[in-house]
This record gives sequence, structure tokens and C-alpha cells, in this order.
Amino acid sequence: MNLNLIIIIPLLTSIAVLFCKGLKQVRMISLIGAAIQLILSFVLLYAYWQERAAGNTSTFIFEYNVAWYAPLHINYHIGIDGISMAMILLTSFIVLTGVLVSWKMPARTSGGEMLSKEFFFLLLFLGVGAYGFFISLDLFTLFFFLELAVIPKFLLIGIWGSGKKEYSAMKLALMLMGGSALVFVGLAGLFFNTNTGDGTHTFDILQIAQMHIPVEVQKLFFPFAFIGFGVFGALFPFHTWVPDGHSSAPTAASMFLAGISMKLGGYGCLRVATFLMPDAAHYYSWIIIVVSCIAILYGAFATMMQTDLKYINAYSSVSHCGFVLLGIGILTQTALVGAVMQMVSHGLMTALFFACIGMIYDRTHTRQMSELGGLLKVMPFISTTFVIAGLCSLGLPGFSGFVAEVTVFMGSWEQTDVFYKIATIVACASIVVTAVYILRTIGKAILGPLEKNQYSLLKDAGWHEKWAASLLIIGIVAIGVVPFWLNHLIGPGAETIMSNIKNVTIIK
Amino acid sequence: MNGIPISHILFVSTALFFIGIYGMFTRRNLITMLMAIELMLNSVNINFVVFNKYLWPGKLDGVFFTIFIITIAAAEAAVAIAIIINLYRNHQSIDVEDAVELKH
Amino acid sequence: MNYSEYISLILLLPLAGFVLLGLFGKKLFKQSSGMIGVLVLLISTVLSLYTAYQYFFVNGKLNDVYQTIIPVKYTWLQFASGTSIDMGITLDPIAVMMLVVVTFVSLMVHIFSLGYMKGEKRFSTYYSFLSLFTFSMLGLVVASNIFQIYIFWELVGISSYLLIGFYFDRPSAVAASKKAFIITRFADLCFLIGILILAFEGGTLDFNTLIHRLTDTQSSQYISITTASFLGVSVLTWALTLVFIGGAGKSAMFPLHVWLPDAMEGPTPVSALIHAATMVVAGVYLVARLFPVFSINEASLYIVTWIGAISAILAAIVACTQTDIKRVLAYSTMSQIGYMMFALGVAHLGGESGLGYTASMFHLFTHAFFKSLLFLCAGAVIHLIHSNEMNDMGGLRKYMPVTHITFLVACLAIAGVPPLSGFFSKEEVLLAAFHSNKLIYGIALFTSGLTAFYMFRLYFSIFWNKSKSLDTHAHEGTFSMKLPLIVLSICTLLAGFIPFGNFISSDGKNLELPFLLNFSIAPVLFALTGIVVAMRMYKKENNLPHRVAASLGGLYKAAYRKFYIDEIYLFITKKIIFNLIGRPAAWIDKNIVDGTMNGIAYGTGKVSHWIKGIQSGKVQGYALYFFSGIIVLAILVIYFWK
Repeated sequence: MNLNLIIIIPLLTSIAVLFCKGLKQVRMISLIGAAIQLILSFVLLYAYWQERAAGNTSTFIFEYNVAWYAPLHINYHIGIDGISMAMILLTSFIVLTGVLVSWKMPARTSGGEMLSKEFFFLLLFLGVGAYGFFISLDLFTLFFFLELAVIPKFLLIGIWGSGKKEYSAMKLALMLMGGSALVFVGLAGLFFNTNTGDGTHTFDILQIAQMHIPVEVQKLFFPFAFIGFGVFGALFPFHTWVPDGHSSAPTAASMFLAGISMKLGGYGCLRVATFLMPDAAHYYSWIIIVVSCIAILYGAFATMMQTDLKYINAYSSVSHCGFVLLGIGILTQTALVGAVMQMVSHGLMTALFFACIGMIYDRTHTRQMSELGGLLKVMPFISTTFVIAGLCSLGLPGFSGFVAEVTVFMGSWEQTDVFYKIATIVACASIVVTAVYILRTIGKAILGPLEKNQYSLLKDAGWHEKWAASLLIIGIVAIGVVPFWLNHLIGPGAETIMSNIKNVTIIK
Repeated sequence: MNGIPISHILFVSTALFFIGIYGMFTRRNLITMLMAIELMLNSVNINFVVFNKYLWPGKLDGVFFTIFIITIAAAEAAVAIAIIINLYRNHQSIDVEDAVELKH
Repeated sequence: MNYSEYISLILLLPLAGFVLLGLFGKKLFKQSSGMIGVLVLLISTVLSLYTAYQYFFVNGKLNDVYQTIIPVKYTWLQFASGTSIDMGITLDPIAVMMLVVVTFVSLMVHIFSLGYMKGEKRFSTYYSFLSLFTFSMLGLVVASNIFQIYIFWELVGISSYLLIGFYFDRPSAVAASKKAFIITRFADLCFLIGILILAFEGGTLDFNTLIHRLTDTQSSQYISITTASFLGVSVLTWALTLVFIGGAGKSAMFPLHVWLPDAMEGPTPVSALIHAATMVVAGVYLVARLFPVFSINEASLYIVTWIGAISAILAAIVACTQTDIKRVLAYSTMSQIGYMMFALGVAHLGGESGLGYTASMFHLFTHAFFKSLLFLCAGAVIHLIHSNEMNDMGGLRKYMPVTHITFLVACLAIAGVPPLSGFFSKEEVLLAAFHSNKLIYGIALFTSGLTAFYMFRLYFSIFWNKSKSLDTHAHEGTFSMKLPLIVLSICTLLAGFIPFGNFISSDGKNLELPFLLNFSIAPVLFALTGIVVAMRMYKKENNLPHRVAASLGGLYKAAYRKFYIDEIYLFITKKIIFNLIGRPAAWIDKNIVDGTMNGIAYGTGKVSHWIKGIQSGKVQGYALYFFSGIIVLAILVIYFWK
């Protein structure tokens, strides 16, 4: 199967949108394009299984490699393994549901114009960046797609956002750009320390993974790459763009931001920082663990004090993304699998959460918990969905969050050192705090008596909203009830990364 | 003519030049500023002519340059005054402080 | 038939019921949802009774020892280290017994709810939640893997949350459901850590392998877990204590019991099912399941014993003062579970010393019947009166003869009056305590007196005392509400005669339950005293209760206030966790972490503002820079040109 399709089709969709007239045409084209992307990603999954079943054991399959700018040894090199496959599936889910949720384009610009064409174009274009990022096997291509995914976010928040959107958009763009700058330093540092044998350098991830980068170089550049990607993945203390960005963004943009964009960071940390610089990953492991444990617990406690639904979800994202970084920092195969699972799970779950919050906001025009209450009575579908998202977030078995968290815990418990055990217990403790804030939110906003009389006239979800929510719930349940397929998909990819880490001789 | 030392003439041209700079810095009126620029150009012209006469009396390079500068100055004055007139039409003023459209 | 052919159906049918009713119940079935739920449960019950018959009488035994049979097992999640979470079905004596108890009581509750919940707007939702609970509870009892038990443990927790908060427009119900979930979640955290320790030390998550490795004194796992210590206590004790805390949370043991009385906000049949007969005994069941491991660790058994005993007496004292009939029953449940706990705590593995184990399971078995009966009777009463308060009731025996008689049967059973089932099981519990620890025995004896007192206080206050005039139309409710009462009271009458030791014992072998006539004098005497005192105080309307309450003074007030434990919890959560951790965390994030980021942005802005000043846009300013530059250059050229 030609992997280029996974970039070309989203790109074509987003360009096609530009030639449409009126909201109806635009959303029709977007919907068709997004649906094709979803189908395509399932076809890819099928082809991937077929390839594996046929005995293809190479690390990455469907590789495609062509020189892009030969003098600097930049190649357009793509290919997927199980981890990328999982992320592609996640992205296609989020793109389709994002389009469905924005069906009525409720978010107008401050000028009162719709600009629907531009909105959908930017959404879909963000998707292109994400797809490209997840399949890149060349550091420069990877960086290129990472940057592609940043700019649409700025515009989406700045133009269609709400609240103090200019501030939030600026903050998000600047922090992410700062992160990108660090990433670039890290990548360039790697590039100039590679040696292909004939004295030239390379950006190729597979080749770099085979080389042994000098330990001192790794120690120097690992923090750049890790922190850089970490900014995307809400690494403490660089997470402050998350609450402001999410709360100002329009619904679909929030979903993309939390569902895809934050995953770029986690994936980058895994694929670039840990995979290519295993010695440094060992060396800095304890710092990553400490920082992510702080993020997990502190994010959870900070959530407890929030009153705005979007802030609640944004801070809880900080807490949940802590599990991703914790899994990466622990450096056992189980924990790595757990980290990737948590990325997928958190992507779906938080997208569902934001979709619900968006639906509630469209109807009640408020996100303040004190002004909501008893919504279950008037909009049972949305409320039930909200409760499901909440239960997934608090790690209820049967939903994806539980599987991911348990895998991380089991993985970290495999390390024999007491330090890891204490870190695990600290991370475990968050499940109680999560329960507190989730149930508090549900209890106030969804249950209880109806807060305002005019809410009794509100309508429940429309068909497009039902579809969006149902798709995400299916994803969550499919992972939560039968997790072995995802485990099986991610396993070999994590093993490749682990084999690199295990080769490390010196520790600390 | 030979009785006049070169330093006298250079003194005049230097004075003229700095009078021009002074006018350039202190005046807000565009026409006055243009005149100040003309003063500076003319001081340069004087220099060219004087150096040509005193240092290489057999050559004409300095004189050519002078003529060249006079031509350019004329063209420049024409363009500048056209701009100033346009500015006046839009602003009812030829004060340099009022022309702020391209700022920011 | 082979077990594997039908055993999964017992679990999958309620699950199917949940999915079906949850997704389509509102639109497609409406009122018929109840019948679907009942039908599904009926099949499950029949199947589990058949399983019990097969297991106990046909093929469960091998050489006179009950075997552990695992008919179904799937790998659910495989970890890289080789351990895996499996989903399986284990059949051993206690699992089979629980299968029967859970399906049977659940069936009764399903039938009772047909009448009780009639006309409810979310009727089908109610039944789907009931099915979900039944499925989770069944999954819990047959778990073959310690993580499987945790998964279903959480699922019963959430079903309990959903059902307690069923009347979601009542703020008190929402608060109660939240409280129940969060407190048990805290306990689950300890349980999870305990599981992680056991799994890591034992190298497996599978129950049988785990128990086998950790009880075999030669195995490397046993040696490492007993020799390793953390903070001076052996890792095994840590693990078991943490697991026990998990169990204590679910079973409402002191000091994690505060959620149970509040959980009575849920519909009464739910209280009968979840908060009396099945879910709350999950903690006891957990300890029983890991009993071989507990029995090699004295310290953890000691903790189990004392927590059980303290809960038993504390709850009995509080129950004497409460006026909400469901709360009285809730405290009574907590007290009885305390019995089961300390019975386990005083037991040891094998033979006669395993009496406590059998007694505990026996009491669990009989308690399930009479306590669910009590709750269903209370439900019938509440259905008629529309109030939970004892003061609103009185003289109801005329209006509800069936309820009256069945309630009396249940009261006699729980008080331990022979020959009802409660008498036999309590007898064994007391006997086990008597053999190992006299102090525990004393507490248990005193508690049984208190039990008789508060149960008959309840009985007399509801059915005798001042007579309340209801309109003549008042009647007991539909046949579907009476039937479960009658069935359960028959069970209560007869369950005690089952030779329990033949089926369940700590080592799977036959255990002849000792029955000593002269030993039973003391407990029966205590029970009768309790009954007589209650009769004297509550049969007729008088002011004796007030006088007694006044003479007890502070003690009465403390008991009425539930020993201020709720207030302590409130203080810890509101004052300490919210104010001292949550608020500072939010503040730090906003002002320090984010402040730093904003500070950097502000600094950059300042610098650029300062640089911007140079670009003034004034032509003459630029000219000045230009000439200054020229002059500087000129000076440089003049002085440094070589």
C-alpha cells in the first residue's frame, strides 16, 4: 500500500474545501474527506496486519524514501510501525468527529462573519500536519510536519475563539514555537553528530538509531529534544499554554489540540528523544519521572479548584499527559506500551469531553459549573456522553483510560528500585483525586435539580453530534473492553525502542 | 584668483554644509528641508570645483561631477516638490511631522 | 453438561441485558424492560443453581477435597514481562456459593422492583443498571485473576454509584453517591497498590498460582516477600493490609464506613441488593479468597480481626439511636459484616482451626437472605408511608400483614433466635471467637444483644407503638412485591439447617460443624434480653425512650451523631485537602508557573518596546543617526586608516 495516500488525501480534502461555496458545500466536502481518511486508516490497519501476518518483520513497513533536498541530506522518508499506526487511527477518528462537531459552525469570528471555508480548511490542514508527523522517518520531514501543525492552531484560536482569545492564541503559538526551536536545536545537534561512514551526516531516523551517538553529545542534546517535544505534550512546568489555549479555542480546535496536538509531543519524545538517544534517556530518566509525577498529581489537584468546564478538562489533560511522559521515563517495555495506549486513550477521551462541553456551551451559553445543573433531565444523550467521558477519565475498567493507566503502573512496577515504586504510588494516588473532581463536575453540572428554568427548553444532540459522540465512545470502549488488539499493535514498536534502550551499557 | 588660499573656500563650503545640516535637522517645513538639502549639495559642488581647480588644474572630472549633481538636484527637487504638493493636498500641511501614514 | 458450555452465560446474560436495556430500553421496551430483566436473571439463577448442584454433588470433589475448576479463561492483556491479566471463571466452593447468592437475591430484587419502581420515568434505565451490577458482581465472585477482581470491583463500585444516585434530581442522593464512590475509590487505591506488590513479588496475577507460590514456604517468592521489609514491616504484611483496606472500603468497615448510611438515598430494592446482600460483602469475600495467604501472616489477620470487631460494636451502638429505618438497617449491615470479618480473622487454615472461615461464609450466606428481606420489607413500608422516618410509622401490622410477618421472621433471624438461620451462623461465629480470643468473644456477645435490641426497636416502632390512621385504600402493594418477601422468609427459616461445613471449609475438606447446646445459652439469653427491653420501650407509645436517652447523656448524643466520624472526614477533605493542597496548587499554577511564562513574555515585550523607540518614524531623527554614523566613520577612517 502506498503510504503517501495518508498525506495526499487529507491535503486534497483541505484544498478542495477552499474551492467550495457556502457552509453546506464546505461541510459536505469536509465530511466526505474525513470519512475517507477514517476508512483509509482502517484499510491501512488491515494492510498492516496482512503484511505482518505475511511474515514481514522489518521494523517499519510501507517505507517510501526519496531525496528531497540532497545537498543537506534531507529525505522525504516515511513508513509506519505499530505505534504510528495507532496514532494514525487516533488522528482519523479525531478529524472526522471534529468535522461532525463543527457541523453548524457555531463559532463566528468577532466580526460576525462565518468564514466557514477557512475554518474547515485550517482544521483539515492541521490533520495533514499530524498525519505527516506520525509517519515521518526523517528528522527534517518530521520537524516540517510538526511546524505545519502549529500555525493552524494559532489562527483557529485567534479568529474563532472565545474569551481572551488573542492572549491565548499568542501564548499557545509562542510556547509551541519555543518548543519547536528547542526541538530544532536537538535535531540539528543530532544531525551534525551523525556519521554515515563516508563523512556525511544524515537525518534518517532508522540510520541514526543504528549508530552510536557519543554519550556526551546525547546528554547535551537530549534535554533540547525532550523539553521541546515536552512543551507540546504538556510537560511540567511548560504546560501553561494548555488551560488557556483549550479554554479559548472553538470546540473542534480544542478536540484537535488535546486529541492530536498534545500527542505530537508524546510521540516525538518517544520516537526522537528516547529512541535515538537511549543513553541520555537512561541518564535523565529520574528527572522525567519526578517531573511527570508532579504533573500528574499537581495537575489533578489544580483541577479540583477549577470552575470552568474547559479549564477542568484542560488541567485534567495535564494530569493525564503526565502518564504518557511517566511511561516514557520509566523505560520498560510495558510502560512504553502503556504510554502509547494512554496517548490514544487520552486523545479519544478528551476529544469526547471537549465535544460534550462544546455541545453544552452551544445550548446554555455558559461553561461555569455554578450556572449549570440537572442537564440530564433535558438532554439525556449529551449528559450520558459526558458521564461516559468522565468515567473514562477517572479510569473505570471497560473504558480505555483504565487499560492505559494499569499498563503504565505494571510497567513501572517492573523496575526493582524503590524510587520507581514510590513514583508509581504517587501516580496511583491521582486516581482518587481524579475521581473527586470528575464526580464533583458530574454531580454539579449533569445531576441535581435543574439550575435555571429556561434550560428546560433546550434540545438534545442533533444527528451529527450523536454520530461524533458515538464514534468516540466506540473507540474508547473498543480499547477498554478488548485491549489486546491495541496491545498487540503497539507491542512490536515498543520492543524496537526497548531494544535500543537495553543496549545501553552505562546507567546513571 | 590665485591669491585666495584654498582654506578660505573650503571654509565657506564647510560652513554652507553645516548650515544645510542645521536646517535639515531643525526645520519641520518640507520645502525648507529641501532647500537645506540643496545647500548641502551646493557645498559639495563648491568642493568639487575647488579641488579640481587647485589640485588637478589640467583635468575636468570635478567639473563634470558638479554638473552631474546640479542635474540630479534639479530632478530631485522636481520629484520632491511633487510629493510635497501631493502631501499638501491630502494634509493641508507640509509639516514633516504630519506625514505619518507609513509609520507603525 | 460440561461447565464451559453454559457457565459464561450466567455472566453474559446480565451483560446482554444491560446493553440491550441501556441502549434501546427507553424507546423499544419501556414497561416491558422489567420483565426482560427478570427473565434474564431467572435464567442466570437457574443456571447457577444447576452449577451449584453439579459442583457440590456431582463432580466438584476429588478425594474428598473440593477442587478449584477453571472452565473458562482468556488472556485479556499481556504484559511484556510475562504476566497477564486474564478473564476467567473460577469455580470453588465460595465462588459457587456466591454465584447462587448473587443471582438469587438479585432475582428477588428484580421481581420486587417490578412493583416498587412502577411508573418510574427511568424504569428501563433502572433495570439496565441492575443488570450491570449483577454482571459486575458475578464477574467479581468468579474472578480467576487478581486484576480481574479489581476490574469488576471497580465496576460494582460504579454500578453502586449509578444506583445510589438514581434519583439524580435530589442533591442529597447525588452527594451520597459521590461520597460512596470516592471513599471506596480511596480504598481501591490501597487495593491496587497491594495488588501491584503481590503481583510483583509473586510474579503472576493468577490467583491460584499466586496463592500457591506465596504459601509454599520453599518457593523463592515466599522467601523474598517475607524477608523483604519496608519501614520495618514485612512486605507481605504491607501487601495484605493494603488489600484488606480495599476490602474494608467496599465492606464499610470502620473507619471507611461513612458512605454506607448515606448510600441509603438510593431506591430501597437497590439497598437490599447492593448495600446489604452482595456488594458490601465483597470485602469479606476478598479476604476469604486470599485466605491461604492471610493465614500465614499473623499481623494482617490481627488487623482483620480487630477492625471487624470494632466495626461490629460501633455500628450496633449507632444503630440503636438512629431514627431513619434504612439507616438503622445500614448500620446493622455494617455490624454483621464486622462479624464476618473477625470470624475470618480468628480462623486458621485447615481442620478445626478453620471453623471461623466456614462460620464467616455461613454468616455471609444467611445474612444475604435475612438482610435483603429486611430491606425489602422496609421498602414495602416506605412505599406505603412515603417516608423513611420511624416517627411517621406505627401500628402498621393491620395494613400489611405479609410484610409484618416476614419482617418479624427476619428480625428473629438476625437477633439469633433459634431455630432461624441467623442463630446457627452466629453461633458458629461466636464459637470460633470463643476458641481464639475471649475479648473478641465478649464484644461479639454484647453486640448480639444490641442487635436484638435495635432490630426489635425497629420492629415495634414500625408495626406496633402508636397506631397511625391511613386511609382504607392503603394496601401492601402488588403481588410482585409480596412474592420475594415470602420466598426470602422461607429461605431465612430454612437456610440454617444446611450442613454448611460439608461444602465450605478453609481447606476444601469436610468440616463437621460443632453444635454445643450449653454454649448457645449465653447468646440466646443476650438476644432475648435485647428483645424484651425493646418490647418494654417501644411496643406501646411511652416516654421511656426519652428518659433512657436523657440518662445516657453524652454517650447517646455521640452515638446519635455517629461518633462525629463524618465531621472528621469533612474536616480532612474540606479544610485540609481542598484548602491546603488544592487551592495552593491552583494558585501556584496561576501565579508562579504561569507567572514565569507571562513574565518572560512581558520582559520580551519591554525590551522590544525600548528598541522600538529608535524607530521613531521622524525623518530628521534618521538623518541625525545617519550623520552621526558618517562622522563616526569619518573619525575612524581618519585615525585608523593605514
